[in-house]
Order: sequence, then structure tokens, then C-alpha cells
Amino acid sequence: MRIVFKTNYMQDIRPWKDGYQLSLYLILLAVVFAAPFVIDEFYLGELTNVLIWAIAGLGLMILTGHTGQASLGHAAFLAMGCYANIILIESGVPFMLAFPLAGILTGIIGMVIAIPALRLHGIYLAIATMAMSILVDDIIVLTEPWTGGVGGKFAPPVNVFGIMIDRWGTPREFYYLCLVVAVVVTLGYINLLRAPLGRSFIAVRDSEVSAQAMGIDVARTKAISFAISCGVTGLAGALMGLFAGAFNNETFSVIISIQLLMMIVIGGLGSIHGAFFGAIVVGFLPQFLSISKEWVGAALGGADVAIPGLEFGVFGVILILFILFEPMGIYGRWFKIRTWFELFPFYRKDMFKRQKSYLKTERLR
Amino acid sequence: MSLLEIENVTLKFGGLTAVDNLSFTVQQGEVFAIVGPNGAGKSTVFNLISRFYTPIQGSIVFDGHDLLAEKASDVADHGVARTFQNIELFEQATVLENLLVGRHRHRKSNFLTELFFTPSVKKQELQSRHFVEEIIDFLDLQAYREKRIAGLPYGVRKVVEVARALATDPKLLLLDEPASGLSVEETTDMRWWIDDIRRQMGITVLMVEHDMGLVSGVSDRVLAMADGAKLALGTPAEVQSDPAVIEAYLGHAA
Repeated sequence: MRIVFKTNYMQDIRPWKDGYQLSLYLILLAVVFAAPFVIDEFYLGELTNVLIWAIAGLGLMILTGHTGQASLGHAAFLAMGCYANIILIESGVPFMLAFPLAGILTGIIGMVIAIPALRLHGIYLAIATMAMSILVDDIIVLTEPWTGGVGGKFAPPVNVFGIMIDRWGTPREFYYLCLVVAVVVTLGYINLLRAPLGRSFIAVRDSEVSAQAMGIDVARTKAISFAISCGVTGLAGALMGLFAGAFNNETFSVIISIQLLMMIVIGGLGSIHGAFFGAIVVGFLPQFLSISKEWVGAALGGADVAIPGLEFGVFGVILILFILFEPMGIYGRWFKIRTWFELFPFYRKDMFKRQKSYLKTERLR
Repeated sequence: MSLLEIENVTLKFGGLTAVDNLSFTVQQGEVFAIVGPNGAGKSTVFNLISRFYTPIQGSIVFDGHDLLAEKASDVADHGVARTFQNIELFEQATVLENLLVGRHRHRKSNFLTELFFTPSVKKQELQSRHFVEEIIDFLDLQAYREKRIAGLPYGVRKVVEVARALATDPKLLLLDEPASGLSVEETTDMRWWIDDIRRQMGITVLMVEHDMGLVSGVSDRVLAMADGAKLALGTPAEVQSDPAVIEAYLGHAA
């Protein structure tokens, strides 16, 4: 059993509770920084992919997990970030400027799109954003002179502080680029969550009416959330384009939007950890499946096992299982296991059970 | 000195007149209660002051400001805080976070300073925390500080809602049925707290309440409403013995 005895308000305000927790995160950081020296190039590429998905997940988490606005259109913002970055680089802007600009541009576009969408709630917002995701696909084809249309574009090597980085030539450097972006975005996210803006997101998510009564401008807060969310997603899109090397209108299809939303639900809505857990599932599931297919194939006497749509099927089953048995996602499960150890032997089975008798509908008597 | 002036306010939902030409003033430092049968328009009056509804006529002036010229999210900035009849807390946040949201109207930081969590943001957070801790002390919520609302019993949630409203550091506190669903003991606690809020903190209280024991125990003046209109206004004893009030609650004498 571990007890954190608080003697100072700073223990709640700083991001870590005590030295023990801080040292765990520092060890994790050291491990991911040392990873390129330990694992081979193939798995390093997979790990890079996980990091990029995690950044995209963080972007959507701000909007869906913390502000409560479901979006099925975030692939559109990945696309915008990706194309903005490459088009800026091609017109002579150095990468170190083009990359943040791509994020800022996507954020501004996201906010402009959000303003009319703010009146929509729940499923209607999801449908509107999904429509936008489908539209962006067509717009990329229509604006061929800039985007290359169906033929797509190729990502050039980028210059970071004089080092030329490209995904195939220098995978290690590219990994570090993604890692640094992921760490910086996470730190900014943590800072927002412990400040008034992050709390106003949560307030809007849980009760718009009382957020208003507390002096929070709901429409404005949602617009800011959209802007930050789209900006971060745009950064992830820019990295995704560099990672893919070549991309066209189909790279960022609406399927990616759905996968992104499923990813943060599986990871755990409303937590930074959830974006990373979800990205690990999304990133490693295809490898896991192809390895197990080989294994099953070998067990059946060398036959090739080919099941179309297997990946999405398994992904869907995982999602359903989580919604049924662990709505808080992988983070929720991890949190319970951690609490079990921290409170040992005082953990109670119903500790995280919600008091269902006070649900709003049941109060209307 | 009158803090809140409501004059000739009328609100209609289609053909239904929810509030009918209602006028009253709340004096600085008093506890003012609104009573009346269900559907009398009591909570609607609260929602008008909170600017969730806009009246079709009349004026609402708070502390010299015309509230009808403000957005709902700006009412809190003038120092009006409220609770809700059907508790509206931030369910997935802790008690502490709920109270800190109450400090939102005192926010001086902006997106960029918060993104980098500059020393000024840190100072602001410490100040907010200090203020909130005093409210936690005042309402005896220490044991629940880090609990999420979703797991709290009903009675505690009621108190947390009052605490969150107090965290905004208001001039006027609107309590919408503070004792509904509370046990006798909890109602007694609530009564002393309302008394303390007025005496120690100097906050004017306007409340809607059905529990006549609480109303007559704590309020200076009572407004009785029926069908959106004023029935009687006076001390608790005067209102309780008013023939029109008795008729509204019990019907005509045969």
C-alpha cells in the first residue's frame, strides 16, 4: 500500500503527485529515447507509427474526450495538416517553419468549420463532421494543381537544424522527430488540463447549463477546443505524410476518421494515457494479426491464411468488448489495477461503480 | 439598498404564461425565499435571472447592471451564482475540480500563458486553490475533496453544488430547492449554512424552497407565487397566514 500525504497545494498543481510517480515517467522517457538503439529498423518504424497515431489521438482526445464533442471527421484535419506542410515546403518554406504553420493553419480552418457546427450535439455533430471528412476527399481531387489530385504527392526529406531527415533514409532521426513532437504536445496538454481552460472543457462536456452559470462561454470554449484539437491533428497529419512518403486523397479517407475515434474509445476517453494506449493497439494490431496468421498457417501445414477485412473485424470486436465490459477503456483498466496495488489489501470490488440511482432520468419524479 | 430588481417581467411559452407581470426586489444582505405550488414559475424566475430565458417584457436589474443586456455566461461575472433543482455538477470530475471551475470568472490567464503554465498561471492556481479550500472547510467537504461526483451520495452532491456556487465569490446566491431530497438532519445543516452564508460571508440569498420549516427558519421575506403571478409578499408568518396562499395550496373552502 502506498500513501501520498499532501502537505502543499503544489502537489496537486504540478503534474506528478510525488517523486515515485515522477521517476516512473522519467524511466519511461529514458526507455523510449533509448529504443532506437535496442530494436531493429522495422519495429522502430512501427513505433514511429504508434507515436504519430498517438499525436493524432491526443488531438481528437481534446475534442471528444475532454470537451465531449464527437468528431468523425478528423481524417480531414490530418489531410489538411499533411498537404499544408508539403505545399509550404515545396514553395520554399523551411520545414521548421512549415511544420508549426501547418498545425496553426489546420487549427484556424478547424475553428472556422466548427463555428456553424457548434449548434449541433452528439450524433448530429458526428454526422456533420463525417460529411466534411468525405467532402475533403473530393476537394483534394478537385484542387489538383495544388494537391496533385488522385496522383498524389511525394514527401521530400526535411531539414531539422541542418540534419536531413527522411523516413526511409534516416529512420532513427525520424523517430526522434516524432518523439519530440509527441512529448511537446503531451506537456502542453497536461498544462492546459491543470489550468482554467482545461477545466472549462470538462465543464462543457459534463454540463453545458451549469458551465454557463459558472461564467463559461460554451460556444467560445467549444470553438477553442476545436481549434486546438484540429491544430494538433494537423501536426500529426504532417508527420503522417512524411511517414507515408507518398499520399493522395485516399490516404486520409473517412475510414481513418472512424479508426481514430475507435482508437481513443479503446484507449480510454478523457485521459492522455488513453490516446497512447489506443495508438499502441492500432499500431501493433496489424503486425500481431499477420504474425498470428503465419503461425496459424504453419500449424495448418504451410497453407496461406487470407481473411479479407480481418483487421477491422478484430478491431470492432475489441471495441464492442471494451464498451460492454470496460467503458473507461484500457486506461480505466490500468487505473483499477494500479489502484489495487496502491491500496492493497483495501481495494473494494465496487470502488469504481457509479451510483446509478441518481441518473438524470430517474430523478424526474 | 436593493440588490436585485425585477419589474413587470412576463414570460410565455406559446400559450402558457409561465411568469405573469411579476415584480419584486431583493435587498442587500437578506435571505429571500420564493414558495408556491409545483408549476408556479419559481424555477423559471431563476432561469430568467440566469438569462437562460429572455422575458417578453419587463426588466431585471442586478446591482445597477441591466441583466437583460447580458449573455447567460456573463451573468456570473456580475456576481450571481446559482444551484440547480436537478443537480447539475460535472459528473466525471472530482469535487475539487468542480469547485475550481467555480473560480473561472476570476481567470486572468489566457490560452498561451496556460499552455506554458507560466509563473503567473501558477500563482493564480494557488490563489484559486486557497479560496476553494476555505469553502471546503466551511461546508465540511474535506473527506470528499478528491472523490469523483459520479460516486457521491445525493446529499453530498447538494452541498457540493452550493460549494461550487460559493467558489465564484458571488454577491447573490440563487439556491433552487437546496433541501429537496435531503434528510431532516441534512436539512438542519443546510439551514445553518444558509444562515452563515448570509452572516459571515455577507452574501445575499434568493432561494426557492418547498420545506416551510426551512423557509420560515431562515428567510427574512417570502414571496408566494401561483400560476406565474405574485400571491403574497411579506415575512414568513404573514405569507403563511395569507388567505390567497392558503387557497392556492389547499383550494377553496367549501
